[in-house]
Amino acid sequence: MKVAVCAQDNHIDARVDPRFGRCPYFIVVDLDSGNWEGVQNTGTQSSGGAGVQTAQLLVNRGVNVVLVDRIGPNAIEVLGRAGIQVYGGIHGTVSQSLESYRQGKLTILSRANSPSHGGMGRG
Amino acid sequence: MIIAVASGKGGTGKTTVASSLALVAAEKGEVWFLDCDVEEPNGHIMLKPHWHRKETVRVPVPEINREKCTLCGRCAEVCAFHALVVLPQEVMLFPTMCHSCGGCWHLCPAGAISPGWREIGRVEEGSSGKIGFVHGRLNVGEAISPPLIQAVKKRIRPGVLNIVDAPPGTSCPVIRAVEGADFCLLVTEPTPFGLHDLKLAYEMATQLGVPCGVAVNRSDGNDDPVRQFCHTNNVPLLFQLLQDREVARGYARGIPAVEVRPEWKEHFSALLAFLEKEGYARCAK
Ligand code: SF4
Ligand code: SF4
Repeated sequence: MKVAVCAQDNHIDARVDPRFGRCPYFIVVDLDSGNWEGVQNTGTQSSGGAGVQTAQLLVNRGVNVVLVDRIGPNAIEVLGRAGIQVYGGIHGTVSQSLESYRQGKLTILSRANSPSHGGMGRG
Repeated sequence: MIIAVASGKGGTGKTTVASSLALVAAEKGEVWFLDCDVEEPNGHIMLKPHWHRKETVRVPVPEINREKCTLCGRCAEVCAFHALVVLPQEVMLFPTMCHSCGGCWHLCPAGAISPGWREIGRVEEGSSGKIGFVHGRLNVGEAISPPLIQAVKKRIRPGVLNIVDAPPGTSCPVIRAVEGADFCLLVTEPTPFGLHDLKLAYEMATQLGVPCGVAVNRSDGNDDPVRQFCHTNNVPLLFQLLQDREVARGYARGIPAVEVRPEWKEHFSALLAFLEKEGYARCAK
């Protein structure tokens, strides 16, 4: 069982990053072994569709659960279709968020809670 | 001749200027008005055309053959616009993010992708008195307007005056609208923001090699910064339309400026004469 958490830094005690598509790192924790690993989010470099690219990264990593604060509609659609559960509204540090998840304090997100940044806007 | 009417941002009253120009030009000869603000077309509110023809505009998008697809992941890697995602059981497409570049169907190693078609909007053609009228309407939720702008511009008639009403801003859609014009009329407001946007719009048109002139809308009589800008860059300041409550009220009700203030027609006649004299109308006859 692999859980990915949006993080500002490459560490288990890093602060969580509120932006799914634009967070610099994911901390991916294997709940069975307790091991963790930092994954750089290459999606942040793209001009549009960062959320979709980030979701692809997590699908490729075989993640089962993602803990986020906010996430856009395209990204959550990808994760949903890939059968990955998304929990929203995390804050504090990565390890605190994992603890909240273990204790069942987080709520599952079925819909986006952040507007789309994809495509090209006006002006 | 093609005259593009542009402004660095929305809300400068660009459409009232463009439609007034069309009305004055129609008194002298054949004119076509092409509204390229396909996300929010509003030229028809001013010119109230009768519609004659509609045509849907389609763009190519990948169609994935699930039988042939090996889920190798290549298409998601090559798509620079992140319109494709390869999941454990399927390939997912975000059609509104696709730029129809064709990369995926050329590079799929299994030959599982072929180009299909997707409707993004429509072009409507009609007439308003003696003015020929064309506009594009992007479907709700669509993000990529340049193909539709190009479909509108395909209706440009050679040998007559074509007025292209460009979308606001200075990004891709505006560039598509302004490129190829013989002259670009930049509509601005005498505010610091207006001046900033004017500079951006001027740079955009200049890079496209399109000569410009400036018209000030809603002038409060103090246009010194705009005047200074025009002087420094050697751009003609063509006319100033004064701030006018009746015109603003007309605008809100869809009445072009020259119908509220017929005496303003002389500004537009002078502009047309200027274009003729300076030789921008070289393709006109
Ligand atoms: S490149 Fe072709 S075979 Fe590979 S995942 Fe995409 S559609 Fe399937
Ligand atoms: S056509 Fe180009 S933009 Fe569209 S999905 Fe394929 S690679 Fe991406």
